[in-house]
Amino acid sequence: MSETKIKSLLEKPVKVVNVGLEGFSRELEQQGVRVVQVDWVPPAGGDPKLADLLSKLGT
Amino acid sequence: MKQIDEANQEALRRMLSGDPVLVDVVPAAQAIPALKDRMILHAGPPVTWERMCGPMRGAVMGIAVFEGWANDLEAAAALASDGAFELHPNHHFDAVGPMTGMTTLSQSVMVVENRTFGNRAYCTINEGLGKVMRFGGNDEEVLERLAWLRDVLGPAMGEALRAGDGLPLKNLIARGLSMGDEMHQRNVACSGLTLRELSPALAATSSSTEDLSKALAFIGGNDQFFLNIAMAMGKAVMDPVRDIDGSSLVTAMSRNGTDFGIRVSGTGDQWFTAPVEMPEGLYFPGFTEDDANPDMGDSTIVETVGLGGFAMGAAPAVAGFVGAGAASDAANYTRTMGEITIGENPEWTIPALDYLGVPSGIDIRLVVETGLAPTINTGIAHKEPGVGQVGAGVVRAPMACFTQALEAFAESVGVS
Amino acid sequence: MSTVIVNDVRRGFYLDSVALMRFSRTISGLDGVEEAALMMGTPANREIMSDAGLLDDAGRAAEGGDLIIGIRAENKSSAERALAESKALLDQPTARDAEGVAWHPRTLRAALKQEPDASLALISVPGDFAIAEARKAIRRGLHAMIFSDNVDVQEEASLKQEARDLGLLVMGPDCGTAIVNGTPLAFANRVSRGGVGIVGASGTGTQEVSCLISQYGGGISHAIGVGGRDLAPEVGAISTLMAIDALDDDPATEHIVLVSKPPESDVAMSVLSRIGKSTKPVTICFIGAGEMQMPANAAQVFTLKDAARSALALGTDAVENAGAATIEVPKGRGRVSGLFSGGTLCAEAQVIFAAAGEDVTSNAPVPGVPKTDKGSEGHILLDLGADEYTRGKPHPMIDPSVRDEAMIEALKEKSVGVILADIVIGFGAHDDPAGHFAKLLQENATDICPAIVASVTGTEEDPQVRSSQIAKLEAVGVHVAPTNADAARWALSTMRARG
Repeated sequence: MSETKIKSLLEKPVKVVNVGLEGFSRELEQQGVRVVQVDWVPPAGGDPKLADLLSKLGT
Repeated sequence: MKQIDEANQEALRRMLSGDPVLVDVVPAAQAIPALKDRMILHAGPPVTWERMCGPMRGAVMGIAVFEGWANDLEAAAALASDGAFELHPNHHFDAVGPMTGMTTLSQSVMVVENRTFGNRAYCTINEGLGKVMRFGGNDEEVLERLAWLRDVLGPAMGEALRAGDGLPLKNLIARGLSMGDEMHQRNVACSGLTLRELSPALAATSSSTEDLSKALAFIGGNDQFFLNIAMAMGKAVMDPVRDIDGSSLVTAMSRNGTDFGIRVSGTGDQWFTAPVEMPEGLYFPGFTEDDANPDMGDSTIVETVGLGGFAMGAAPAVAGFVGAGAASDAANYTRTMGEITIGENPEWTIPALDYLGVPSGIDIRLVVETGLAPTINTGIAHKEPGVGQVGAGVVRAPMACFTQALEAFAESVGVS
Repeated sequence: MSTVIVNDVRRGFYLDSVALMRFSRTISGLDGVEEAALMMGTPANREIMSDAGLLDDAGRAAEGGDLIIGIRAENKSSAERALAESKALLDQPTARDAEGVAWHPRTLRAALKQEPDASLALISVPGDFAIAEARKAIRRGLHAMIFSDNVDVQEEASLKQEARDLGLLVMGPDCGTAIVNGTPLAFANRVSRGGVGIVGASGTGTQEVSCLISQYGGGISHAIGVGGRDLAPEVGAISTLMAIDALDDDPATEHIVLVSKPPESDVAMSVLSRIGKSTKPVTICFIGAGEMQMPANAAQVFTLKDAARSALALGTDAVENAGAATIEVPKGRGRVSGLFSGGTLCAEAQVIFAAAGEDVTSNAPVPGVPKTDKGSEGHILLDLGADEYTRGKPHPMIDPSVRDEAMIEALKEKSVGVILADIVIGFGAHDDPAGHFAKLLQENATDICPAIVASVTGTEEDPQVRSSQIAKLEAVGVHVAPTNADAARWALSTMRARG
């Protein structure tokens, strides 16, 4: 199974979800790569206590 | 957690399987037997007279005069401050009310039945624009209109509805969405459709052409007539979603002009409150944000059910009206709300978004994680009682409601 | 006249650090501003700002999710002007596309609704959050490339174990470079397609090797980054082994190149034993390692240049020394000052200096080379991308001005005969690093200057175009060697010819 998933990564056109630096998205788009930019913000506004609760509750 | 996801799927199933039908209009005392003399139901989470904002106090005074509990407004205010009236949230009595949301025993309320679950929800009839009680208006003109709603329009609508099998709302709203309504700030299409549906029965059951003509003119002249129906619909759909252990979905959002409150399915009837925010929006000529009252009303039940700000993509005209940006931005509001909801409503779709279903099932976990609070389309009341609506805008539910709810919810599922 | 410190805190306002650094630089450059920074209010950032004398009580009270604008200016009006300018920068509208305001999801979950068959998550969020995002990605069936660094090594190990169980590849953390099926990701170059597959624990190492292979007429099937610590004992080369499996299985790959820092012996054993089972020839470059026992199908090389040559079965140890003869060095100056933006390029130069028996030190030493200290008198080769230079600043490959200060100092230093530098281009890199470098040299030229020797890592197809970068350097008298290894050898032979 492991080989199949990685094989498919290497053999199909890459489609990217870019979580973070927007420049990476722009460059991928310019190369014609399918990319979705995630405008990431720290979970729970960076509040560590809430972030911890969320990770336990799962989303 | 699997338990939460399963509970939420059940909650969403109940939400989407609701079948709301407008079945009747009756006096509030008949619909809500627990509603007694000198009891006043108001919008939002619980609030005392002392903490009430100006418009809501104005409405309390006006409704006390209307019900004959006080001879004039001054006397009503004195009684209120002496604690002569029992104040409760509409939400505690299966009811909702726009802006100040006054519900008292003699007013006519519309009855929406959720035929899937058999529960009913109630809301008064929309008074129209201008000087009205929902914006804190309380002069003679306001009280006369309330009396007419109670004595003429309410009974006429009730008779017309009882003559048939009621007015199914799910399809009507689906059509409204395709005609540019989002059911909070724009109800033009649905109000028109409602008039079209009700007119034959109203005519057939009316004994006075003068009353009939006035009733038709009133409904036809009020672009927001359907708002109160949509609210009762939202309440009827959301109530069966309450009290599901382990569900982190929001079952109600509402504000009283002082506090914003939410309820979450897994934490039962507890309100999580935070101070309301000021809407950002556009003001009618002659008014500015200095005149504005903070956010108010039970109408956020419309957003809770996936409409209003959540369905902005269906109503580009509203985006401009409420100052939310260009018409082309409207879709982004809907997409953004998709980040805090667990599903889409396949029956309420938005043609301009390739028939994307409206985002449904607000998950407090997603709200806290993304920092994206629900977007609410709202009217803006003047902060002084009796002036009326001064603008319209967009307001965010305060994040503090959701963080508090998350902590209590976590406790309810044994996570700390 | 006393200075004025102004802080403004935006609650719950997030921007990535690269954007903020750009703003910080703009604001610092305003008239009357002594220093300015726009940073997220994490404890580490607050400490940096506090150390820089940029924090007042408002800023000190900020939290991780808040953005702090900190300005120290000569007077109140300058400070206020700078504050207003900062706010304007933060509020400038984002790009609009044809459909109105561009909408981007905020979460991976929402992104996957938009692109359900995405295959890879490229993650460049702050290190504290990177593992959590990567976990979300693998649990939704995506492979992950983690550009972020400053990630706990145990977290890295447990993430990679989980991914392995799911059959998914994790490239990184601290993975700067990958080329997957012809697509350059993050810091990578547009190289020719071909039969060489690279497994790289080093970003600039992978860039140099892939560019040289392309330059020598070969091509790359895939370059799989694994992150700088994949071969550390805690991680146990999980991604490296998976990448070797994948390339072994990949019909487009004929030859495998592995580039890494020298691993500890246990990890080296397991990697070499896996390589021994491959049916394909393998070139191994553990940069800085001594000679090791290799499996029959593997060749060990000691420089990035030789890794590229070996992969194409070209002769190794070739020195293109023609350019060195023309280099002139001021009299009485015996030191080489190496100022590198690429960590592995710095390591390769050290290997060459050390092999030549030179007295060399570095802030990021390879095995056998001492760490630079105040008393170091020989050649000093600095990795300017190392933590001590990039704390709170962008990487020199993104912002070449990070090298400026060290350059100016080296130009003035009378003991320095040669300045050795690298210019790295490609996706992710600055849009004209050679232009920046040349301008700096011109502005700081003196009558007697050290000789400047450099190389350009990149290709003709890169957005910056390698030949035009070389031309800009040569126009101001920089001696441009064909490879980083050759640049190091030119510098050495020049000093020796004099000596």
